[in-house]
Amino acid sequence: MEPQNPQTNQPENELTSSETGTPSPIAAALQREHPEWTSEVIEALGETTIVVPREHIVDACAFLKTAPGLEFNFLSDLCGFDRGPEEEPRFEVNYHLFSTTKFHRVRLKVVLNEDDAHVPSVTGVWRTANWHERETYDLFGVIFDNHPDLRRILLPDDWQGHALRKDFPLRGYEPYSLE
Amino acid sequence: MGLENVLAESLPEILTTQLDSLINWARKSSLWPATFGLACCAIEMMNATSGRNDLARFGSEVFRASPRQADVMIVSGRVSRKMAPVLRRIYDQMPEPKWVISMGACATSGGVFDNYAIVQAWTKLFQSMCTFPAAPRDRKC
Amino acid sequence: MSTSVANIPPQFEIVDQPLDTQMTISMGPQHPSTHGVLRLELVLDGESVVKATPDIGYLHTGMEKLFEYRKYQQGIVITDRMDYLNPLGNNLAYVMAVEKLLQIEIPERAQIIRVLTCELQRIASHLVWLGTHALDIGAMTVFFYAFREREKILNMIESASGGRLTPSYFRIGGLMMDIPAGFERRVKQFLDDFPHAVEEFHKLITGNRIFQKRTQGVGYISAEDAIDWGLSGPCLRGSGVKVDVRRTNPYCGYDNYDFEIPVEQDCDVWARYMVRMREMIESHKIVTQALARLRPGPVKADAPKVVLPDREAMKTHMDALIHHFLIVAEGFDVPPGEVYHPIEASKGELGVYVKSTGGPKPARVHFRGPSFVNLSALPHIAQGEMIADVVAIIGSLDIVLGEIDR
Repeated sequence: MEPQNPQTNQPENELTSSETGTPSPIAAALQREHPEWTSEVIEALGETTIVVPREHIVDACAFLKTAPGLEFNFLSDLCGFDRGPEEEPRFEVNYHLFSTTKFHRVRLKVVLNEDDAHVPSVTGVWRTANWHERETYDLFGVIFDNHPDLRRILLPDDWQGHALRKDFPLRGYEPYSLE
Repeated sequence: MGLENVLAESLPEILTTQLDSLINWARKSSLWPATFGLACCAIEMMNATSGRNDLARFGSEVFRASPRQADVMIVSGRVSRKMAPVLRRIYDQMPEPKWVISMGACATSGGVFDNYAIVQAWTKLFQSMCTFPAAPRDRKC
Repeated sequence: MSTSVANIPPQFEIVDQPLDTQMTISMGPQHPSTHGVLRLELVLDGESVVKATPDIGYLHTGMEKLFEYRKYQQGIVITDRMDYLNPLGNNLAYVMAVEKLLQIEIPERAQIIRVLTCELQRIASHLVWLGTHALDIGAMTVFFYAFREREKILNMIESASGGRLTPSYFRIGGLMMDIPAGFERRVKQFLDDFPHAVEEFHKLITGNRIFQKRTQGVGYISAEDAIDWGLSGPCLRGSGVKVDVRRTNPYCGYDNYDFEIPVEQDCDVWARYMVRMREMIESHKIVTQALARLRPGPVKADAPKVVLPDREAMKTHMDALIHHFLIVAEGFDVPPGEVYHPIEASKGELGVYVKSTGGPKPARVHFRGPSFVNLSALPHIAQGEMIADVVAIIGSLDIVLGEIDR
């Protein structure tokens, strides 16, 4: 099977590809249809990053999933990132999309403020987002609105704090004891 | 006046013996281990029963899924904070006399994982135990 | 001395009530067939599963946090403990992501050795799956045969890297060291023997009618659902979707190798079984080709600020000694940026997201564990199945808890 990859000219896998400046056809398609859905497009290291305003993320995902020629029907990964307690906006949520028919990839990014770390859930678009969002909630404390079952997934239910935040100490707050 | 006498006087909680007699004792008693596979070491614990290493030589190839039927619990892998209560509970369910083997550095002391999620020295929670602080590098260690 | 019924407190009184039609049982976290410390909460109606809820986190190790406190090269050791059946795949994904950030070119020989050892590791991983999956279903003998073959592979990996289970063989910018003398001969020997071993496995269980009955038609997931649930690797290909990262987004020169991607259309446990059995043969093909391509050459990239110098060079060149000291003591700076690098691990798409804000330590390392995503589809697959088949389904997903809980 040859990668039939007519829609994109991105050699994503090459280690040395750093074609900055060439606008990605994926971002261009999104911008053409809905210019207000993209606030920034970053091309670096052969990967396309589209920064999407929070309120449009579900619409943008649904559009990318169904638009002919794009067909991002596979959510590879969803992960959070904490820039640090002094940064504002503090949190990032990254969506790595993949197409099982076109074989191209794109990253969507949502940035969030600490005091309002809410983002709409994309479980309605891809069901696989369920556990990814639970993990991001568990480790970063980002709330995914309209998520069907937003509970902690890795840490115990009575855990205090969110472990992957930069201000959470590496060894936790207290040593473990069974009592 | 051998080394074992000196050790027995100064460190009464440490038992010294000859390896041969320990092996013979183990072979005679035919210890049945409880499966407590946690992480990477669990695969090597499984490997111990396979043809190459042949744990059956010591009469202990019968891994019991129920703690009620087991004599020794091999804790193979890192113990997380979520797992520690389960570990203790399974230990409590084992009949006397019982032993615990902590397999590998992660189980014994946390190993490279010195962080919030891993119990660093759960070995303090038990009375009778035996530790092998090494990651599963080689069957020769 | 008569115990009157009136003396028994009401809470201990035995009342003859009909049983509820539904009951909830907890399976795990220490259950012999959950492949580690997975806990399942099963709601049953008689023997059929109404709802299965996996409870994970019993092996949560805080690895992603630990990465942020370690230098880039120290992170390789942590990746070993993630999917411990396929540690070289984890090494590869991580070092390739960092190499992509650093934009380092890897020498040809190092690429070929990476492919060779990774494919051997894939066979070893599938062998553990085969042994334990058969054990779960009740066929004990296969386990011993599979582990015999696996032992041969681990011995080869040990001879190259020094570690059986946790090799940490790949380094950022190449390999730890070149393969030892006699390695190629041992691989050749293994390649000669392995097809017979696979035939043996087929004789042992593929034709076994009990095994067929236990697996065929069990654990159905359609192609659309498989994509929607994010299944990858053999689980996705068992549902008839021909996606393999080695072909769709080739890395490490996989596009130059001639191999097929096995796909089965049955969407059940049997299909996933057949995909993995055929994949072992394809990996065998890749190893054969990689072995034929091995030519002498360097195995480390020409990047003195990132790659540790040779021992000999350190004794004769001052700058090599300085570089060695700086890399070990302070690490190397990685330019700011973020990458997501997917590879095809033995369980499916293993993606590594590395974000750098400069400096010798990463700002964020995230692993998209294929087992994590594959397991998340378990409630969907197990619904309506018999409780005894849940064991077969878990086995066919080939999960490793080290990767799920991280």
